[in-house]
Amino acid sequence: MKLPIWFHRFGSPPYVYGLANTLAPWLAGIALILLAVGGFWGLVIAPTERTQGEVYRILYIHPQTAYISMMAYTVMAVAAGIGFIWRIKLAHAVAVSAAPIGASFTFCALATGAIWGRPTWGTYWEWGDPRLMFELLLLFLYLGYLALRAAFDDRDKADRVSAVLAVVGIVNVPIIHYSVLWWNTLHQGPTISRLGSPAMDTSMLIPFLIMVAGFTALFFWILLRRLQAEIVEREHGTRWLQSLVREGAA
Amino acid sequence: MPFDAVSLIFRRDLRLAFRRPSDWGIPLLFFIAVSAMFPLALSPDRFGTGVGETVVAAADAEAGGGDEAGAIEASVAGRPLYGLQSLGIAVLWMAALLSSLMGLDRLFLNDVEDGSMEQLMLSPVPFIALVYGKLAAHWLVSGLPLIVLVPVFGLIYQLPLATSLMLAFALLLATPALTVLVAIGAALTVSLRGAAAIIGLLVLPLASPILIFGARATVLALDAESAAGPLYFIASLAMLAVSLGPIAIAAALRVSLE
Amino acid sequence: MTRSGLVLTGVELRRGGRVLVSDLSFGLEPGQLALVTGPNGSGKTTLLRTVAGFAPPGAGEILVGGTPVAGLEPEARREIAYQGHLEGLKKDLTVYENIQFINQLRSKSDAISKTLATLGLEPFADRSVRHLSAGQKRRTALAALKVSGASLWLLDEPLTNLDPAGRELVLGWIDEHLAGQGMALVATHLADVLKRPGSLLVEL
Repeated sequence: MKLPIWFHRFGSPPYVYGLANTLAPWLAGIALILLAVGGFWGLVIAPTERTQGEVYRILYIHPQTAYISMMAYTVMAVAAGIGFIWRIKLAHAVAVSAAPIGASFTFCALATGAIWGRPTWGTYWEWGDPRLMFELLLLFLYLGYLALRAAFDDRDKADRVSAVLAVVGIVNVPIIHYSVLWWNTLHQGPTISRLGSPAMDTSMLIPFLIMVAGFTALFFWILLRRLQAEIVEREHGTRWLQSLVREGAA
Repeated sequence: MPFDAVSLIFRRDLRLAFRRPSDWGIPLLFFIAVSAMFPLALSPDRFGTGVGETVVAAADAEAGGGDEAGAIEASVAGRPLYGLQSLGIAVLWMAALLSSLMGLDRLFLNDVEDGSMEQLMLSPVPFIALVYGKLAAHWLVSGLPLIVLVPVFGLIYQLPLATSLMLAFALLLATPALTVLVAIGAALTVSLRGAAAIIGLLVLPLASPILIFGARATVLALDAESAAGPLYFIASLAMLAVSLGPIAIAAALRVSLE
Repeated sequence: MTRSGLVLTGVELRRGGRVLVSDLSFGLEPGQLALVTGPNGSGKTTLLRTVAGFAPPGAGEILVGGTPVAGLEPEARREIAYQGHLEGLKKDLTVYENIQFINQLRSKSDAISKTLATLGLEPFADRSVRHLSAGQKRRTALAALKVSGASLWLLDEPLTNLDPAGRELVLGWIDEHLAGQGMALVATHLADVLKRPGSLLVEL
């Protein structure tokens, strides 16, 4: 399989570094505005939920972090797969940059889920919520990926071996997800199950979706900044980087 | 032609396993030790009768007494008091999972360390055929004895024969998938000599669906209900693992040996 | 595959992200021997492993019989035999079993018992490789290579651990191989011993 010509620009570190540098401030702005607006709307303006009370407001953080935790794994695995098949080092750099962010969001999803569980079900770890269990397994998958990478001295080899793991992982993530859901189906289904006919009231849905967009922008902002750092580490000593540093110093 | 190669390496690995029984014997002994010793971590007064009573506290509240009669009464009253038995199912599955992780780092490492892997990669047969041969041999010496042993250990946990047989049957479907998954872990870590600990971290989350459906099938058998659903699931997981896994294993081995 | 040569063009060799050799080009004709020399760590083993197709070159192209080595069909790999630092023998199998396995894997012919005698392995054919000396192991490994029927031999320090008689034997095998229009790429510190008229010297 051949990649389209335009794609090869994304194999060039200076180009991607520059692109990231241009995009990152925009994403930062979008993320901060959306999170501020969505946060205020969700925490202050949106009405109190009838059955759960104020506790439900974690709805504006917990599902979003859980969603990012899964999206980050997808980004990581797709990037690693591209890097493996077409031998593009920068794609591996993207995968490496995405993994710790994904792991952090997974941890946040676990923590917020546990905090939600305490007042709602009376326990931090509610076995009736299989999605919490899934997040824990996802965290193990991330930690396994990071541990495998860390075990290699040679970065090229770490890139290629961990890419195989990431691809195996992404094939398994949906299986694990549905297995765990099936394992214990007592929990209420996902809160917005189908687009178009959401179970949520519009006054809650809008800030919910704003927060989803905000967290997504936040993820890509951090990803781009981490990618820049990763590129600097991988390309140290190259001419374009040295001249970039000289420009920056001047 | 590839089939000849599969059978060739299959027979070679079996012969090697026969000459080095410790490679596959130790994980089996580990399985036996864990399964047999686990009840020692429980209080004997909690499993005095055929129906286990780890949920004896709940039974107490219901039956109004801590004695065995109360617990039995509670179970007669229709409460599913499977304490020791359902514990046993969990323990046997977990022990099977852990024992299949043990010693697995040697699966490819032996061939890498003596240079045989290089010869295999240069052979005029598709490398993946050789991977299949190795996996088949490994399954035969690690998975099959487990399947045979498990009903015996069902006795320790007082599982009915039908449940033990179901456990063995579920393992028959699950062990090929487990073999493939642990082999993926072994292939990924083959150039990190002695990284057995990492294999566990890599493989256990991937094996969670097998654990879930395997244990569910066994519990359903204990409840005398149809276990077909989870069994179909395990079978399809095994098909998926056996058809796609070796591609990942071959890729991981190639990369590791670069 | 036709028995034609090995061609390296502008090959770059890397190990652990470091460039060892860059822009290496040479060709090998049937019946020709190339000796790869150079100090420790200069990339001799990496070169052999790369030609064998275990690792891709950092840059450049390696053609075996006109095909890039990475894209060789499994069947075409029959023409390449590799003998590295590791013998590739199973310790728990006997000499006979080891050679039989490699032979069946590569060529499917079972007629090895008579060749064992000519290979000088008869005295210890039924001994387990575990109990062989280092020199005997090397001799067994090279014998396995000899029965492989490959046209391109990649040998990494083939004379290591061999006694004078063993060396003579192996040198004879190489001569025989070259006379039969075979090729050999040999990494060695003993270029003087291995040198043949018309052999190529590749210094890394």
